[in-house]
Amino acid sequence: MSIPLPPSSGSAAVQAADPMGVDDIAGVGLWRGALRRLVRNPTAIVGAVIVSGFILVAICAPLLTPYQPGTAEWANRVSTNHVPWRDGDHFLGLDRWGSDLWTQLVYGARQSLIYGVVSTLIGLVVGTTLGALAGGFSALGGRAGIWVDTVIMRIVDIMLSIPSLLLAVSIVAVLGQNAYAVMIAIGMAQVPIFARLLRGSMLSQGKADYVLAASALGLRKRKIVMGHVLPNSIGPTIVQATLNLATAIIEVAALSYLGLGEADPAVAEWGRMLVSAQERFDSAPRLALIPGFAIAICALGFTLLGESMREALDPRGRR
Amino acid sequence: MLRFVLRRLALMVPVLVGLSILLFAWVRALPGDPARSLLGEKATPDSIERINAKYGFDRPLLEQYLTYVKALLQGDLGNSIQTGEPVLQSFLDKFPATVELASVALLFAIIVGIPLGYLAAKHQGGIIDTFVVSGSLLGVVTPVFFLAVLLKLVFAEWLGWFPPALRSDARLDSTHITNFYMLDGILTREYDAAWDAFMHLVLPAIALGTIPLAIIVRITRASVAEVMHEDYVRTAEAKGLSAMTISRRHVLRNALMPVVTTIGLQAGLLFSGAVLTESVFSFNGIGQYLFTAISKLDFPVLQGFILIIAIMYSLINLLVDLAYGLIDPRVRAQ
Repeated sequence: MSIPLPPSSGSAAVQAADPMGVDDIAGVGLWRGALRRLVRNPTAIVGAVIVSGFILVAICAPLLTPYQPGTAEWANRVSTNHVPWRDGDHFLGLDRWGSDLWTQLVYGARQSLIYGVVSTLIGLVVGTTLGALAGGFSALGGRAGIWVDTVIMRIVDIMLSIPSLLLAVSIVAVLGQNAYAVMIAIGMAQVPIFARLLRGSMLSQGKADYVLAASALGLRKRKIVMGHVLPNSIGPTIVQATLNLATAIIEVAALSYLGLGEADPAVAEWGRMLVSAQERFDSAPRLALIPGFAIAICALGFTLLGESMREALDPRGRR
Repeated sequence: MLRFVLRRLALMVPVLVGLSILLFAWVRALPGDPARSLLGEKATPDSIERINAKYGFDRPLLEQYLTYVKALLQGDLGNSIQTGEPVLQSFLDKFPATVELASVALLFAIIVGIPLGYLAAKHQGGIIDTFVVSGSLLGVVTPVFFLAVLLKLVFAEWLGWFPPALRSDARLDSTHITNFYMLDGILTREYDAAWDAFMHLVLPAIALGTIPLAIIVRITRASVAEVMHEDYVRTAEAKGLSAMTISRRHVLRNALMPVVTTIGLQAGLLFSGAVLTESVFSFNGIGQYLFTAISKLDFPVLQGFILIIAIMYSLINLLVDLAYGLIDPRVRAQ
């Protein structure tokens, strides 16, 4: 499913300045060309800035705040109707438990990124393995090839027929409520996406002229599949991984929101901040608004980056 | 056409058999003991054994599975361990709420999304376009539950325009025939009840419909923009057809294919969002029910509900494929 962004004025200007396609003359490869188009795209730059901002915050969390997350040091200063806002040196104020909101937010970035990246990696590894097996065997052809492909894709269909959040919820139910379960759950929900995507693009690459050329040169089928079809098909999967990071971050928060996230209360997590804020919604809406927007902006960063990567890799953009 | 439908239906069989096995295995793999969860702390080994015997949990797994499938083929999904009610019955009780919510949400997304996407494509690069595209981007990245919480805060708590929770006002003692509250109100001519049901639907439907809306907008925009540059549109313009005719007969018709696929995909995904939305608005549908079933280890409810949802999901996909044929005669010919 392609969700292209509007052609930005920046890339149009570049195209005008580059009517002959200097990329092609210089013999720039697919990846380098894509990277070149990417750094010229303002959408990509905004996305990259947001993403690297969050990564920086996550890495530097202990430097950005003198406090520890999950401590209720100022519990005596908060009450049901009063959660102080701009209190002393707490510039975002305290949360309803009496800990520094900024500290929770900063350490929350760490959690969201770790959860998002690890779960997407799980989905990517399992999904592309399944997809490559299905696509590869199908490209090799023969009875066995078709059989392997069919079995794998039916399994993927079954996974796809369960709504992803329910799948994630049930995996957490099986594995128990801890960090690993959450990451595996959200990763497994992504498996069918990657598997179908990679298989699909391997099948379409399998019909490309260079495959015909390679087999005419007498290359062995297995070598063509592993050495040519697979590397040429992996692009959309990388793009999808970036987009899935956004989804994964939202789904981690959703699991926490349903009370199924990380069980350790000392770990700051945006989704849980949002849930616990709901009880003080009337008196202190910022407790919900701040983590809510943090989730949305972080997801926005990965989405912008992913979309512009898709645009950069799209062969139609290379003219 | 008929052969195509039959083949697709036949292909669903292995998927469903696989799903029933997987579901069965998964549900048994859940940690904890359903009998203990039903009886609570004071359970004696004796009473736990009795419950296990009653539901057949003490027998070998293969035997349990075969009994389950045999009952399934007769349309019996078993009884809930928690309430003792037949699973099918409680599904039919809760399901209309979710369908009502999901269809209003999807309708909202389609009615608003297709024209917006079309407008944006027509005025590509303009102010409307920029506005629509950035708006849809925001829609995609805003978590459903956060949006639901925000809408509830602003429009229910602060402004008081809409009720904050539940499916209907308990003070209105209305009759329910189909359990679709809006439809019931119209059928029984209790129009205030229908209106009340509608008002209860607005906020959750907007919360649930925003992501499909954003996605429909973008797909429509991209697809219309692509079709508008096709040769046959230029031919139509050269023939001197009116802009209206070109839009309707040539552009929209051809641009709708990917939009229909997307709508179908989104319809399936709505169930995930519904779990969250229903929990924010205490909307008494299957989302909430399923969630309780998971925490209470109600095996028959989990197996039954997810199986039905999966069947419907597959049927929706089949409908999407059939819709292709209606829109594009080229597909029908194949």
